[in-house]
Amino acid sequence: MSDDPRSSNGTFATEMLFELKDVSATESPLDQDHGGPEPDQFSTVSAKPIGVRKPFKEVINVSMGDLHTSGLKPLSFVRQVLAACLYPQLVNSSRLPVDVRQRAQRLLGECVGGSIGSYTATAGIPEVVQRISEFITRRDGGVPSSPDNIYISPGSQWCLMNMLKVLVNSESSPRTGVLTPVPSHCTTTSSIVGLGGVIVPYYLTEENGWQLQVEELQRALDSAKGICNPVALYIINPGNPSGQVQSRKSMQEVIQFVRENRLFLLADEVYQDLVYGEHSEFISYKRVLAEMGPPHADTVELASFHSASKGFIGECGLRGGYVELVNLDPAVMKHIHTLFSTDSCAPVLGQMALDLMVNPPQPGDPSYPLDDMEREHIRKTLVHNVKRVSEVLNSLPGFCCQPVEGGAFAFPRLFLPPKAIQKAKEMGMQPDTFYCVRLLEEAGVLILPGCEYGQKEDTHHVRFCILNPQETMEEVLRRISCFHTQFMREVS
Amino acid sequence: MSQQAANGVPHRGKVLTLDSMNPNVKRVEYAVRGPIVQRAVQIEKELKEGVKKPFTEVIKANIGDAHAMGQKPITFLRQVLALCSYPELLEDNKFPEDAKQRAQRILDACGGHSIGAYSASQGIECIRQDVARYIEKRDGGIPSNPDNIYLSTGASDAIVTMLKLLVRGEGRDRTGVMISIPQYPLYSAAVADLGAVQVSYYLDEDKCWSLDVTEVRRALNEARQHCNPRVLCIINPGNPTGQVQSRQCIEDVIKFAKEEHLFLMADEVYQDNVYAEGCKFHSFKKVLFEMGPEYSSTLEMASFHSTSKCYMGECGFRGGYMEVINMDPEVKAQLTKLVSVRLCPPVPGQALLDLVVNPPLPDEPSYTTFMKERSAVLAALAEKARLTEQIFNTVPGITCNPVQGAMYTFPRITLPQKAIDKAKEEGTVPDMLYCMRLLEEEGICLVPGSGFGQREGTFHFRMTILPPTEKLKVVLEKISHFHQRFTKEFS
Repeated sequence: MSDDPRSSNGTFATEMLFELKDVSATESPLDQDHGGPEPDQFSTVSAKPIGVRKPFKEVINVSMGDLHTSGLKPLSFVRQVLAACLYPQLVNSSRLPVDVRQRAQRLLGECVGGSIGSYTATAGIPEVVQRISEFITRRDGGVPSSPDNIYISPGSQWCLMNMLKVLVNSESSPRTGVLTPVPSHCTTTSSIVGLGGVIVPYYLTEENGWQLQVEELQRALDSAKGICNPVALYIINPGNPSGQVQSRKSMQEVIQFVRENRLFLLADEVYQDLVYGEHSEFISYKRVLAEMGPPHADTVELASFHSASKGFIGECGLRGGYVELVNLDPAVMKHIHTLFSTDSCAPVLGQMALDLMVNPPQPGDPSYPLDDMEREHIRKTLVHNVKRVSEVLNSLPGFCCQPVEGGAFAFPRLFLPPKAIQKAKEMGMQPDTFYCVRLLEEAGVLILPGCEYGQKEDTHHVRFCILNPQETMEEVLRRISCFHTQFMREVS
Repeated sequence: MSQQAANGVPHRGKVLTLDSMNPNVKRVEYAVRGPIVQRAVQIEKELKEGVKKPFTEVIKANIGDAHAMGQKPITFLRQVLALCSYPELLEDNKFPEDAKQRAQRILDACGGHSIGAYSASQGIECIRQDVARYIEKRDGGIPSNPDNIYLSTGASDAIVTMLKLLVRGEGRDRTGVMISIPQYPLYSAAVADLGAVQVSYYLDEDKCWSLDVTEVRRALNEARQHCNPRVLCIINPGNPTGQVQSRQCIEDVIKFAKEEHLFLMADEVYQDNVYAEGCKFHSFKKVLFEMGPEYSSTLEMASFHSTSKCYMGECGFRGGYMEVINMDPEVKAQLTKLVSVRLCPPVPGQALLDLVVNPPLPDEPSYTTFMKERSAVLAALAEKARLTEQIFNTVPGITCNPVQGAMYTFPRITLPQKAIDKAKEEGTVPDMLYCMRLLEEEGICLVPGSGFGQREGTFHFRMTILPPTEKLKVVLEKISHFHQRFTKEFS
């Protein structure tokens, strides 16, 4: 393992990058070809869509899991309520449906001074937190949820970062380890490394629809012996980028595993509303845990994360997410509260978006018909997109796409011939990065390479978002097919 | 049943315990939302439940939250944001044209024309450009590069990010962060969280809380024996102290930072909140550049601003930015990567910031109302600042420096020895004892000076000047009477 990252050349973030590269460069047993983020290239590219004028009119950016950027519309009910909260004169406007106005009025009444410009309590507006806990109980078939264990932050990753801060002791020797899946989106792994923690990768089984095998968790844990002190297991269900939805049985195995090995369970469930597989069903870790009964239900320490960024509401820019903490030591909870308090509070609009997400209009409400129609439209669109992705990609030689059971992305495997790999090497790029760069330049589609998420050695993948209007999805698939055929001909 | 068994599991069974958790997090404190505020919230609950108290409401003068105290939002800002939220309203003729134009421009810059889309991690480009232009205008034409602007989730987010970037090293080489005492406790909390070393330098209470470079030098030299001081933080206008630094002082600080090779962090979130005659806000950047290239091309600095204070008071939006000056390009690239972990700042906060830096122009329909509302807020604050100083200084045992700017007063209170002893008995600090009593007896929530830092043997409290004028007068009277009662009781 590398030296303490803080002893290097001067900046925290440089050390962070240094650490990631170092992991893949050394001979340690943890050094599976984790890849790691490509320096700059794609982070800057995805930050600013490039206006490359080529045989296409515009670049289609499907690199981020962002409903609205993709062209799907915000939910009218949500935006009407928020508008009325922003400009309370609208509460009296007949332009807005009655239930919208009532909802806004109630929310404004719950804000200090009747304004969304006030700070809120640390964990969030108390009534909103209460309603979130009620939602959790409803969702989980009656499993009790306490508002005292819920904290709202500017996005679920912010909550996760706070929890990692508590778990990861940067000064300990050996250093703190966190088991994370491969593939995994890089925000979480960057956060862990940035805090001085060590990634302990566990590989999802692609051939098995990216499902998790508990034996692999054991192997990962064993590989950490003498390297770091694993304290937590991070799991994301539905998966990002892999799109699998975990079965109850698998979840029970994970819970069993964390209990036996004394690991804190971090369950990222932000895609819980995006489930497409006919035989897939989202069940929360909290519910599975509770239904397993004692001793697991009383002992396993769990943090579950949810967000207003994903799902049909898709309000990424409002920054609202929450964590629910289960079975934590009360003395530690006090410090967690203080830590969250230094953030002041989550943006009030983000908090309200969460509230509206978990309490949509009900049958009989004036806004219900439109809201239901909008949600149904998005749902149908996504189910259709997932079907088309599978049809198109799986018919292309050189592509193989596992079923997208849930989540926001497809993560198909690319089988690249040796010539492609050679060309990539000559350009100083990973092969899948090379593919993505060529796709962008020649077909105007921005997707991201699998090496940014981690993958088994000598395998290559790409990730793209499926949260698009149907026409956009078709166009993306058309352009990819066209490009792919040409490209594979060139490198055969 | 033992405490351990009551928790459902033997204590040693938990994975995350006080022993196993990150020790740095245990050191984090944040008085502004600390124990006294928690007690205040509890009392509010009790009042709601009908418990009889000597007061009917808790006045939360602990936190710099203007809207919570009844200040009204600025109409123009909220109109534009409502239009951004629900663009169908663009067809509503009740909204003025200039508001609609601003909204359209912001929406055009958002992914999918929605404020619900992620933005670039550094912030929406055209907003950063607008911020840069605002800075240039404010600073008499000194250029500002939009690439040096980082939008953030409130100024706090940017401050913590900057500190993260700067803190490194082990043992004697560990980064020291110089913080003015009294300070806004976010700084000490961030220093604790990052495991950096806090290097305190005292502001001069007798000179209206001004900064004295000899004192800063003293603190620096002493700190060099046990850590590596690399950062100098300054809040101007000051929190909790309310002083507005003179231009001379700012020049002295810049000279000092250059000589001693320190990174300067200038927290300027209260820049519009200047009340006292003869006081003026001078941005650190402006002074730096007016001092010539010897300084302006070498001193490394970050300035911070926010939408939570000034005349807007929009704390709940979490909008803010920092401008970095003379940052090494490689370090800046790392900073850009670091902010990406936050994904992006809240887009409504970014939009709000855009309006703050692009307010209605004199020939636009919303101008008159906007200026009227803005002036009213600032005038009210100035009046309340004056009133606070005046009333507190009539009370024997309370000494109050002029509230030159910001939103707080930090008066010094003389406490009888018996009170000091009582506090020790109860395992608390004297100004906490004082403030807790005030809360229980009068329902007024302040923050004890110990939460901000103060010279040994002195006691203070921080009170906001935000309650509406009539209410503020009542609060000031009640505190005055309480102080006299308290002094009598412990004499």
